[in-house]
Amino acid sequence: MLFQPAVIALLLASLVSLAMLLAASPFALEVIRHWDIHSGSERQLALERRTYLFSTLLGFVFATQLVSLLLFVFNADKMAVMFVGAMCAVGTLNVNPFGFPALIAQIVVFFLAAAWLVVNHADNRAEDYPLVRVKYMLLLAMLPFLLAAFVLQLEFFLNLKANVITSCCGSLFSEDKQSLAGDAAAMSPRQAMALFYGALALAVSSASAYAWKRRGGYLVALSSAIAFVAALVGILSFVSLYIYETPHHHCPFCILKPEYDYQGYWLYLPLFAATAAGLGIGALQPFARVASLAQIVPGTGRRLAWIAAGGFALFALVASFMMWRSNLILLEG
Amino acid sequence: MKTWIEKQKALIDFTLASLARRKIKNLGLLLVYTLIVFLLASVMLFTHALSKEAGKVLENSPEVIVQRLVAGRHDLIPPDYLERIGRIRGVQKIEGRLWGYYYDGVLKANYTFMVPQPDALMAVESGKIAIGATMARMRGLVPGNTISFRSYSGKLFSFEVSSVLPNKSELVSADLVLLSEADFRAFFDYPPDHYTDIVLSVANPLEVRNIATKLSTLLPDSRPILREEVLRTYESIFNWREGIVLVLLSGAILAFAIFAWEKASGLSAEEKREIGILKAIGWETGDVIKMKFWEGALVSLAAFLLGYIAAYLHVFRFSSLLFEPVLKGWAVLYPRFELTPEVDGFQVATLFLFTVFPYAVATIVPIWRAAITDPDAVMRG
Repeated sequence: MLFQPAVIALLLASLVSLAMLLAASPFALEVIRHWDIHSGSERQLALERRTYLFSTLLGFVFATQLVSLLLFVFNADKMAVMFVGAMCAVGTLNVNPFGFPALIAQIVVFFLAAAWLVVNHADNRAEDYPLVRVKYMLLLAMLPFLLAAFVLQLEFFLNLKANVITSCCGSLFSEDKQSLAGDAAAMSPRQAMALFYGALALAVSSASAYAWKRRGGYLVALSSAIAFVAALVGILSFVSLYIYETPHHHCPFCILKPEYDYQGYWLYLPLFAATAAGLGIGALQPFARVASLAQIVPGTGRRLAWIAAGGFALFALVASFMMWRSNLILLEG
Repeated sequence: MKTWIEKQKALIDFTLASLARRKIKNLGLLLVYTLIVFLLASVMLFTHALSKEAGKVLENSPEVIVQRLVAGRHDLIPPDYLERIGRIRGVQKIEGRLWGYYYDGVLKANYTFMVPQPDALMAVESGKIAIGATMARMRGLVPGNTISFRSYSGKLFSFEVSSVLPNKSELVSADLVLLSEADFRAFFDYPPDHYTDIVLSVANPLEVRNIATKLSTLLPDSRPILREEVLRTYESIFNWREGIVLVLLSGAILAFAIFAWEKASGLSAEEKREIGILKAIGWETGDVIKMKFWEGALVSLAAFLLGYIAAYLHVFRFSSLLFEPVLKGWAVLYPRFELTPEVDGFQVATLFLFTVFPYAVATIVPIWRAAITDPDAVMRG
């Protein structure tokens, strides 16, 4: 099903992003091989100029990923009408085995690009650009992910045939299914809540600790990643139930819809921002000992730590507020 | 944060002044850009509004329509079918429908003759008909007039027009003729107790598919058509048409991207000098890129808004003069209808990826080239 406006737009966006990075990779190789900040040669000058192009390109790819991630979910939701049994985005993504992997790949590319931009930011602020080689190696390392995201998306859309019977969100997340998503939904609310608040509390406290004491950067990244997963599990297993006020609708996408007053954005925006910031702190840690970055990493890291702590705290507050306001009673007493 | 905002404000200020200094060049770009947005947005708004309209029409149609097939062709429903279906649990209401087509040699068009359902608002007495607004217009009929049709058996029947159906329903009632059951059976020589098809109302939407399955086992020669299937088909067809038009227009988008690339890379001597001077007085490459970014953002925003508003007016105020023949389909008795204005965030995001994205891609490299200009190389000339 390629002749759908949004599908064309999405494929165009990821193909162009991929093509730009591919076209840039020979130059990246050149930078890795010949970069020498102390040289005044013409080649070094040309390489230095080229680095501006790369950071602009990556920033652009990052922004594109953000827009297309949103569009991908929306599109899946819109297309649900065309598949028997699909009632929202989950149904569409489930029409063939490529749907959810494509979504996950896009999220991964988004976080990788965010981490790269953090490293890039720190590097640009240092006098001698100490991380140029590392940056361009990381850039090349990102290519396979981008390629995978594009291929998965293409496969997903190519294999979409209207009318294939798919399970709607009600049956995918029904309690007896043995898939990962099914497990998350089947987790008892009490357990899921403990995990949810525990992971968020850990993430907030480790990020605040880093902001104060500038220690434990890797812990922040790890706890952010855990909190991201725990938050998604939490949304699946109980937050969504409180929002929909029904005990069996576990869909994580419907909360983005106008029927539920776009409440999902209040959850997902802080969550994604906080996770990106938390992972960014982790990405900076290996370079904390580089002499010219000694001042910069803690400063940038601190700002990111505040974003992460604030984002996760806001997410927890918003989720709790939604549960408090809801008429659904999941846990008694 | 505050200094950052101040810096961006100053940059925007500078960019606006610099854009204003090259009015002709930038207006040309803005015009072409707006035109592209206008074209694409018109297609999107129009197809979207049409499919919405189709959805609204179907909202009140029955959940299931049952037809009988004989040798793969649509056939009449025999008398005992209604009774047999009546036993399926979950079916709220079951009714046989009577309708057919009649070719009118005067207009060279087909009318749909139909008997209104017993509980419908529009009841028609024997000897009278209610007709659709388009047909009334084309044949010049008003309530009280009499019209004669020669039936397929050769007999002439005269009917008095009792009312013209309201304009609001024109999309579905353009060629509709409502008449009483007795008149219908007499006019078409319909066998007694036979029906054209059967409609079922099902209260629980989750039950619809089960009932359809039961129907096909109970009456193997029947073909249940579900409302959701019809909706699904409409949705895919409209999306497909929109996609095809967009693919056809992709040539235009490509041309626009090349145009934008040319505009961005063909810097005049004056612009080059400007960048050279900026760098000489202390601007960094990054600052020049930021300025150019704001330039692109401002032009894109202006073009997007202008193009979108123009497309909105074109579709909803001037009934899409340009695309009507391609997207709307064609018929002798074509209904006149107004589309309901509808703006959708999803659509705007798609349009954004179709227009602003190519523009941004096309201008990244030229912007970078401009930004790395050496001040001395330019000023030496």
